[in-house]
Amino acid sequence: MAVKSAGSGSKGYKPVSMSAKEYKAFAQTKEPSRSVWTNCLRAFLVGGLICAIGQGIQKFFMAAFDMTSKQAGNPTVAVLILLAVILTSMGVYDKIAQCAGAGSAVPVTGFANSMSSAAIEHRSEGLVLGVGANMFKLAGSVIVYGVVAAFIVGVVYWLFGIGAWHDTTG
Amino acid sequence: MILQGNRSWVFQNPPVILATGTVVGPDEGQGPLASEFDLVHPDLEIGQPSWEKSERALLEQAGDIALQHASLKQGEINFFVGGDLLNQIISSTFAARTLGVPYLGVFGACSTSMESLAIASLIVSSGAGKHVMAGTSSHNCTVEKQFRYPTEYGSQKPPTAQYTVTGAGVSVVGQKGDGPVVTAATIGKIMDLGITDPFNMGAAMAPAAVDTIQSHLEETGRSPGYYDAIVTGDLAGVGHPIATDMLKRNGVPMQQTQFLDCGLMIYDVDKQKVQAGGSGCACSAVVTYAHLLKRIAKGEWKKILVVATGALLSPLSYQQGETIPCIAHAVAIEAPS
Repeated sequence: MAVKSAGSGSKGYKPVSMSAKEYKAFAQTKEPSRSVWTNCLRAFLVGGLICAIGQGIQKFFMAAFDMTSKQAGNPTVAVLILLAVILTSMGVYDKIAQCAGAGSAVPVTGFANSMSSAAIEHRSEGLVLGVGANMFKLAGSVIVYGVVAAFIVGVVYWLFGIGAWHDTTG
Repeated sequence: MILQGNRSWVFQNPPVILATGTVVGPDEGQGPLASEFDLVHPDLEIGQPSWEKSERALLEQAGDIALQHASLKQGEINFFVGGDLLNQIISSTFAARTLGVPYLGVFGACSTSMESLAIASLIVSSGAGKHVMAGTSSHNCTVEKQFRYPTEYGSQKPPTAQYTVTGAGVSVVGQKGDGPVVTAATIGKIMDLGITDPFNMGAAMAPAAVDTIQSHLEETGRSPGYYDAIVTGDLAGVGHPIATDMLKRNGVPMQQTQFLDCGLMIYDVDKQKVQAGGSGCACSAVVTYAHLLKRIAKGEWKKILVVATGALLSPLSYQQGETIPCIAHAVAIEAPS
């Protein structure tokens, strides 16, 4: 059977030709709108709720064990981390996060979630190459840039002598 | 002569899809097509200790079901053409190990369903094989783990993101028998219009679908109206409207047919939390083999064109700021005459 001479353009369709810039602009018109304000409100409410729970736990430690607010800080963080790990293990934390966004990512619970989720996920590759090597996969950059930021802030303090001023008066 | 135009195959001895096997996970089991799948698992683990093993189990089960439906034994299958999304296509390779069948591994990301069916059809039509199996799988958690974040990590997905289908679809293609026939296939070329966002695959893949549909129609001399439906693989809520618009702009009379998308059919997009819709290798595989072929068998449709789309990115490539190369392969399936 003969090959039909149906090469490109025989039907007169325009070929797909758009620059990356044109296409990006065109594709954006089809994207569902992202409700920034609702997202901010949700993040505010959930993030605030997590902080309020933390405050409650701290007050509990202060009242029940006669701690100062500073002494109650560490056990409070530990309880929040424990709660976040339990919620992560139960498969709930990621569902909260889809709704809450930054509200559940920024508090210490988000940090705990990033470590525990990676540990659970990579358990199948063993304790060393799996859990150990991957646990800080997401949290690692938080630590790295946290230390870098602290260093820069420290240098600024040192250069302008703010630290010394703080020491003498504080 | 099989080749028509530059990249379309028109089969003079149309191979027959003798049987199919489809297996899905819990979310697909809550979708509108739930009753059409051969096996629905109530959980994502499927009794396996790792996500990778779960995905493999899905493909093995789909293969077994397809063989049962075709009343064939493993020894009667000449070749298995398969692929998936995981590094080194381990799901297909390990499933092929279990099947013990000569194996051709292919990678087309989510276009693997139709890539494997096109190759299987070519092998059978040319007489290079009597019975050839084509299949693919994907698992929501293996894909999240490899391409994005750990499954339980709390990250907020944008509305353009898509939800990877957990499942596997396998077909057995033969020279003779009862079943729908594969009359033509058009192999895609890489299209990349500069989208870099891995959470917007639909927009990245839409131009590939448009290019393949246009080439298929031009090279086979068919008009959209030749088909009762033209169904894309996983363009979903963002990509499908883009493709619809582009085809219209390019002067393709798509109003002659129904233009559908597997990614929008597999879930109830409004009720299930799947963002823009379904994606993954299994998306077009299970929708085609379970749902679309049933509509042909029922006589609702006579001719369909399935255009499976794939985003050929890797976690490395997008982290290095590369754009997303995409492809689409089209296969024409018709009721037996």
